[in-house]
Amino acid sequence: MAEIRVENLRKEFSGFTAVQNSSFTVDDGDFFVMLGPSGCGKTTTLRMIAGLELPTSGRILLGGEDVTMKRARERDIAFVFQLFALYPHMNVRKNIGFPLLAQGMPRAEIKKQVEEVARLLRIDHILDRPVSGLAGGDRQRVALGRAIVRRPLCFLMDEPLGTLDAEFRDLMVHELRELHNRIGATTVYVTHDQLEAMSMADKIAVMNHGIIEQFGSPREIYDRPRSMYVADFMGSPPMNFLRFHSGLVRGASTVSVHGAEIVVPEIREDIAPSALALGARPEHIRLDDASRLRGEVLGAEYLGTTQIVVVRTGDGLVRARVPASDQVRTGETVGLTLSGAHLSLFDTASGRAIETALYEGARHG
Amino acid sequence: MSLTTAHSVVVPSTTSKRIAAVLIIAYALISIVPLLWIFATSFKTPPDSIAYPPKILFQPSTEGYCNLFTTRTRQTAEYIASLPPATSFCDEVTRKRNMVIAGPSNFLPRFVNSLIIAFGSTFCAVFLGTLAAYGFSRFKVPLADDLLFFILSTRMMPPIAVAIPIYLMYRELGLSDSALGMILLYTAVNVSLAVWLLKGFIDEIPREYEEAAMIDGYTRLQAFWKVVLPQATTGIAATAIFCLIFAWNEYAFAALLTSGTAQTAPPFIPTIIGEGGQDWPAVAAGTTIFLVPILVFTILLRKQLLRGITFGAVRK
Repeated sequence: MAEIRVENLRKEFSGFTAVQNSSFTVDDGDFFVMLGPSGCGKTTTLRMIAGLELPTSGRILLGGEDVTMKRARERDIAFVFQLFALYPHMNVRKNIGFPLLAQGMPRAEIKKQVEEVARLLRIDHILDRPVSGLAGGDRQRVALGRAIVRRPLCFLMDEPLGTLDAEFRDLMVHELRELHNRIGATTVYVTHDQLEAMSMADKIAVMNHGIIEQFGSPREIYDRPRSMYVADFMGSPPMNFLRFHSGLVRGASTVSVHGAEIVVPEIREDIAPSALALGARPEHIRLDDASRLRGEVLGAEYLGTTQIVVVRTGDGLVRARVPASDQVRTGETVGLTLSGAHLSLFDTASGRAIETALYEGARHG
Repeated sequence: MSLTTAHSVVVPSTTSKRIAAVLIIAYALISIVPLLWIFATSFKTPPDSIAYPPKILFQPSTEGYCNLFTTRTRQTAEYIASLPPATSFCDEVTRKRNMVIAGPSNFLPRFVNSLIIAFGSTFCAVFLGTLAAYGFSRFKVPLADDLLFFILSTRMMPPIAVAIPIYLMYRELGLSDSALGMILLYTAVNVSLAVWLLKGFIDEIPREYEEAAMIDGYTRLQAFWKVVLPQATTGIAATAIFCLIFAWNEYAFAALLTSGTAQTAPPFIPTIIGEGGQDWPAVAAGTTIFLVPILVFTILLRKQLLRGITFGAVRK
C-alpha cells in the first residue's frame, strides 16, 4: 500500500507530446481513475507509472521512493492489461502463481497463496483449466488474481473492462469496487467510460490532449467542472451550454442571456465583455411556462423514470431531464427554468470556468 | 428456409468439391509415383532393376541395401568355394555375384555428416533468427527497414552464384571439407529466411505478455524465454523444417566444398553408381534411407508446417 506522487511528468514520442507536465498525488488506498478519450495520454501516464515507458522528464514517487528510472520489475506494482495478457500456454493456477515464482517462493507456499486468492475471487473451481476457454468475466478475475497474489504496493489497470460485454461489465464494476474496499490497495485505473469512472473512483483525473483538465472526486468533477471540456465529457447527456456575449462584475448573481435574466451562483471575478457560456446539467432544467427562456420541443427520449426533452432555443439545442410524467408534445413551445444554484459560467475562448460561489471551497488536491 | 442449397458463398458445391478431389488425387499420384518407383527399385535385384520392360511385380531382395553399406571385391569362383559357409544374407548374395565383402562403405559416415550438418545449421539458423526477429519485432532498431531489406537481399540470387568466392574463402580459411564450414554456410543461407518468417510470428504475439511478465518480476530475457518462446513454438517449428529441408537437400555447395571427411549424402549417393557396375538398387536404397529423416520430421511437425505455409493468410 502506498501513495503515488507524480511530478511534472512529461512524455514525448518523436514529434508528439503524449503527456504534458502532469502532476497529481494518489493518496494511499485511493481508487484513482484517469478518464479521457483515446489518445489523451492516460494510458501513457499509466505505463510510465508501471515502468513500461520512461518519461521524458518529471518524477514518479511510489510510497515516497523515486522510481522514475527503475525497471518495471523493481517497482512492486501489478498491472492488469486491457486484454488481460493471460499467458496462453499456462493454466489458471500457473498464471496466478507466475509472479510468485519470480520471487523464488517455495512451491507449497505458492500453491497456498494462489488458492487463497482464487477463493477470494471465487475462481477456485477453475484453477486447473487452461485460460483459453474461459469466459470474459473469469479471464478478468484470473488477471486480477495474478495482480493481487503478490500484494503489491499498488494496482494499475488499463481499461480492464473494455472488452467485456455490458452485462459482465456492470457486474465487474461492482466486483472491482468491492475488492478494492476489501484489500484497500492504491489503485490507478484508466478508462474512457465516464460511468465506470463515476461509479468506482475516489478521485478522478479528466485528461485531454496530454493535460489533466481536472482532478477531484466524482461529485466535484460532475457538479463543479473547471472547464467546458470536463463539463461536456462528464454526464450523459452532457452539460448544456447557452452561449451569450457579456461582461461580468464581481458580486453579481444574475446574467442576461438573450434578454432572459437568469440567476447564477454569485460571481467572484470581473470579466470584460467576451463570449461566455452558461452551463446547465440536463437535470437542472425544468419545464416552466412562465419562463422567458423559450424554445420548441424537437423530441423526447423516454428513459423510464425520467425523459430527456430536446428543445431548440435561440441559443442552440438544450437537453432537459424531466420527470417521465411531464406531458411534452413535439413541436410545442415550452419555457425552461434553470436551477440557479447549480449553474456554471465559462469563458468560451479558453474553456475555463469563471469563479463563482459554486466553486467556493472546492480546491482540487 | 434452405438458403444454402440454392447458392452459398461459404460452402463449396458438390461438383466443385469433386473436381478439386480429382485434381488433388491426380497431382498426388504424379508426385508419389517416382518416389514409389525408387522405393521399389531399392528392393529389386540389379538385373530386375534394369530389366526391360520394367518389372512392376518382382521378388523383393535386400541386395541393394547390402551393397549400399558395403564395399566388395571380385574373386575367382575357386576362392569363393574355398571360403567357410556364408554367415549372413549379405555374404550370400555377394558371393552369388562372384564377390566378397571387403568392408563397410562410406554411406553411413556420409549420412551421419548430413545429419550433423543439416541439424546443426538448422539449430544455428533458428537460434540466431529467433533472437534477431525478436529484436526487430520489439525494439526500435536504427535503420530497421534497411537492415531487414539487406537480410532479405541475400536471398535475391541463387546461393551458388557466390560459389567461387566462397570456395576461395573456404580454402584460405581451412574450412573446406569440414562440418563446421558447411554448418556456417547453410546457417548463413537460412538465417535470412528464419529472420523473416519468425519476425512475422513474433509480431503476432502481443507484447503485453512480456510486459506482464516483466511487471511480474522477470527480466526481459526471462520473459522472452518463459512467455514469448512457448508461444512462438509453431513459428519456430515451421521455420526449422524449412531450414532443415534446404540444408538436407543441398547438393551444389556440398559437391563443391566437401569431398572427404565432411561429405554429405547428396553428393555421395551418385558415386555409388560407379562401384561395380550400374548398381541402381543400391542408389535407390541410399535415396530411400536419405528420405527418411525429413519424412519423419515433416510428419511430426506437419501441423506447424501447414501453419507456416498458410501463415499470414488469415489474421486472427
